[in-house]
Amino acid sequence: MDEFLREFAPMLAEGLLDTLYMTLFSTFLAYVLGLPVGVLLVVTDKDGLKPHAALNRVLGIVVNILRSIPFLILLIAVIPFTRFVVGTTIGSSATVVPLVIAAAPFIARLVESSLKEIDRGAIEAATAMGASPWQIVYKVLLPEARPSLILGAAISVTTILSYSAMAGIVGGGGLGDIAIRYGYYRYRTNVMLVTVAILVIVVQIFQEVGAKAAKWGDKRL
Amino acid sequence: MQPIIQTKNLCKSFGDAPVLSDVNLDIFAGEIFGVIGRSGAGKSTLARCFNLLERPTSGEIFFGGTELTSLKPAELYKARQSMGMIFQQFNLLMQRNVLDNVCFPLEIAGVKRADARKRAAELLDVVGLADKAKAYPAKLSGGQKQRVAIARAIAPNPKVLLCDEATSALDPETTDEILELLADINKRFGITIVIITHEMRVIETLCTRVAVISGNKLTVEEVARNG
Repeated sequence: MDEFLREFAPMLAEGLLDTLYMTLFSTFLAYVLGLPVGVLLVVTDKDGLKPHAALNRVLGIVVNILRSIPFLILLIAVIPFTRFVVGTTIGSSATVVPLVIAAAPFIARLVESSLKEIDRGAIEAATAMGASPWQIVYKVLLPEARPSLILGAAISVTTILSYSAMAGIVGGGGLGDIAIRYGYYRYRTNVMLVTVAILVIVVQIFQEVGAKAAKWGDKRL
Repeated sequence: MQPIIQTKNLCKSFGDAPVLSDVNLDIFAGEIFGVIGRSGAGKSTLARCFNLLERPTSGEIFFGGTELTSLKPAELYKARQSMGMIFQQFNLLMQRNVLDNVCFPLEIAGVKRADARKRAAELLDVVGLADKAKAYPAKLSGGQKQRVAIARAIAPNPKVLLCDEATSALDPETTDEILELLADINKRFGITIVIITHEMRVIETLCTRVAVISGNKLTVEEVARNG
């Protein structure tokens, strides 16, 4: 056990940091893209604040196409683009690119469903008070949907975390990379098990924290 | 006297089903005007045409002499700020406390935060909820929620307050309290009140004139008052 720790602990610690970096940075960038798209999907919907059938249709199709590509395929397909953006195709930073591309449309759908839960009456009251569509978005939709958006963020982080583990296949760095290199290629099953255990614990923490934060901030309770 | 709200040949249909046909109506400043009819008669639709929550299929709506259906969006938002509205389901913002709910229309109108809070506190006093300023709507009773909604609706000093079935979700006693508050607001601030209801009692207690909607048609009558 001691020997195992001496041999692998530094590597696992570094892997964990890499994984956290990839996951959190990708989640952040994916929200920068996905949140506005989710808002637009709701606003341009036929029952939305500013219905726009063509834009809604185009956004919906793009989101659906990106969401239907398996992540492993996407990971490889975007390699030229990754090289163009990051300058390399291996390592944690390179993995952020496909992660963001895969996660942003997923996040857009989560945001869309969170915003659609908002009571139409509240939106109607704001409209009657003379709020513009933009004011309704940032003063009614987003704040009223906050608990649901936080839960969605917890789901996003954990999903991106599991995707980041797959990136190990193309030398992406992080815990998934370690699990594949040692556990799969070199038959070091114990390393793989420890790696998976760490991933399980990290997912639990994110999910717990997200659920607590959503509940804590919800004034309906 | 020029009416504060006036409709000319107002028609509204949903798909092929006509709801309102050829409604000509004058509502004058300072009065408490009732609209009564059965469920589905179109009385809510009529009220929602006054602030263009529903766009009429044809016809014109004047508010203080301005024709609303031809306004540009920004002008319409501005006009709506002079018309408060309260609803059967209160429609408060659940993630804002009572004071911030009342501040909401003032934020929309671009009032400075300190001024808005001061005004909101005054209005909570008017509706008798000064002690609930920091509470969240989920913790309030129906009557209290409607009081917050009333404070919110009159915060920007509107000319008109539209009440869409505002007492229909309340018990009779609470209904009476809310009606009393509305009468008080009408008297104190001179705000014209339009009351949509299916309860004759509400009309009898409060209104000076009433429009009766049945079969897409509307007739206006004086309300007889004892004493």
